[in-house]
Amino acid sequence: MSNIQNIKKRFPIFENRSDLVYLDSTATSLKPKIVIDKIREYYEKYSANVFRGIYPMSEIATTEFEETREVVSKFINANNAREIIFTRNTTESINLLAYSLGRKILEPSDEIVTTIMEHHSNFVPWQVLTNEIGATFKVIDINEDGILNLEFKIKNSELLKKIISKKTKILALTYISNVLGTINPVEEIIAEAKKINPKIIVIVDAAQAVPHLKIDVRKMGADFIVFSSHKMLGPTGVGVLWGKEKFLNEMYPFMYGGDMIDEVYVDRTTFKDTPHKFEAGTPAIGEVIALKEAIKFLEKVDMKNIRKHEKEITDFAIDRAIAKFGEEIKIFGPKNIDDRGGIISFSFGKFHPHDIAQILADSGICVRAGHHCAMPLHTRLKVPATVRASFYIYNDENDVEKLIEGLKKVKKILI
Amino acid sequence: MNIYQDIILDHYHHPHNYGKIEKSDNLVKVNNPLCGDKIEMTVKFEGEKILEIKFHGEGCVISTASASMLTDFAKNKTKEELKKLNTKFIIKMLGIDLGMTRIKCAVLPLEALHKLLKKF
Repeated sequence: MSNIQNIKKRFPIFENRSDLVYLDSTATSLKPKIVIDKIREYYEKYSANVFRGIYPMSEIATTEFEETREVVSKFINANNAREIIFTRNTTESINLLAYSLGRKILEPSDEIVTTIMEHHSNFVPWQVLTNEIGATFKVIDINEDGILNLEFKIKNSELLKKIISKKTKILALTYISNVLGTINPVEEIIAEAKKINPKIIVIVDAAQAVPHLKIDVRKMGADFIVFSSHKMLGPTGVGVLWGKEKFLNEMYPFMYGGDMIDEVYVDRTTFKDTPHKFEAGTPAIGEVIALKEAIKFLEKVDMKNIRKHEKEITDFAIDRAIAKFGEEIKIFGPKNIDDRGGIISFSFGKFHPHDIAQILADSGICVRAGHHCAMPLHTRLKVPATVRASFYIYNDENDVEKLIEGLKKVKKILI
Repeated sequence: MNIYQDIILDHYHHPHNYGKIEKSDNLVKVNNPLCGDKIEMTVKFEGEKILEIKFHGEGCVISTASASMLTDFAKNKTKEELKKLNTKFIIKMLGIDLGMTRIKCAVLPLEALHKLLKKF
């Protein structure tokens, strides 16, 4: 992106930390000023609760809050705003589904299918649920390139037929791996899965995709997608669950209490319609309101430009790292840049990921070390931990050069 | 302060008491699944005191240096003395400023030592 320097100026953190090399947007993104200003606006100008007061402040807050629902709905091309449910984060969105949907439909003879590259939040809830019900939990493996083992091309994939059957109630898979960076061909996988079992419910963890790719839920063909505000320039404390209305209407509420009820009698209670049925208690009002500013920001930059920029910088980073360190650096995930988002997880020499991340941190470079909440994947890769560098719209080639310099320093100190 | 001080790196590159006591009185394994560190520690007692203590495994600079220095310290100390050791002691022993996340690396060898003493 040619105007990257201008984009950086929109993020106040770079004014406060001029040397910041932030390569951990996969964990959480930085926030532009307009998002921070919007939160401030809510607390300073109309900090009332939503759906309660008749007074003007509460009306403004409610209007702003519901506007975000509209903006999110349009951003992912949902059918209508009633399909958008606000949660605390992606993890809560998935747990809501496991509780309100999974628990309702799963029988002991059923199966849930997920993949080895999932974040724990799209793995453990399904593992626990199948264990509780006595159902079967199946996990799709990856090949050596970190691509789902579906014997590509996917069309009429024999392997997918072996994994998915009429018994499969739920397929829960990630759009982009938070470790490998693999962009799964979700549209094709969903189409094939539904051919094998038209009743299958597909849940896509889009936490690493919505901030980086243009998402069209209708085109994708999923039944539910989940993502987090804080990874897409928005505030923390807000997650999104998108689902087809027909399913949402049939599902149990997740939590009971304020805001989600219709009428309460001593012996019974009726509930509001979706989405409010799933939003018990006072939500993160200011944060939800500010999320729409993040989305407007992303739309202004244009999701196509974001993807292009991330592709270029990731390609550049991989080339530079291999040119400089050769076989000393082992980069996990797809070799083809078209199959990869802006995420690079790697091992470097014999050095421990914690030591690498620490020495980089001493040079002002923020990367993550560990298993990145994907322990089954790291076990599969036969490494206890990796170092992960990830890119977003405010990163540039300078950041890559600093990372390379930092890795040179790691060698210098530890050898 | 840089945590990769010369003395720490020296223990990392040339860890003291590295290996395994074949006829040990006790053997324990500890690990930190978050970063994959694994330590196996073996010990030989003479009465109330530690006569010999060794460790081996996979670890980062901090956990390796901590194990090296802690096993040095533990020799000829009584079980009662060693049971009293805590995180504060480890930080002082290493002489470096550790953030919240790295403290876990530093105290993993202490966890092993405490487990070794537990049975006795």
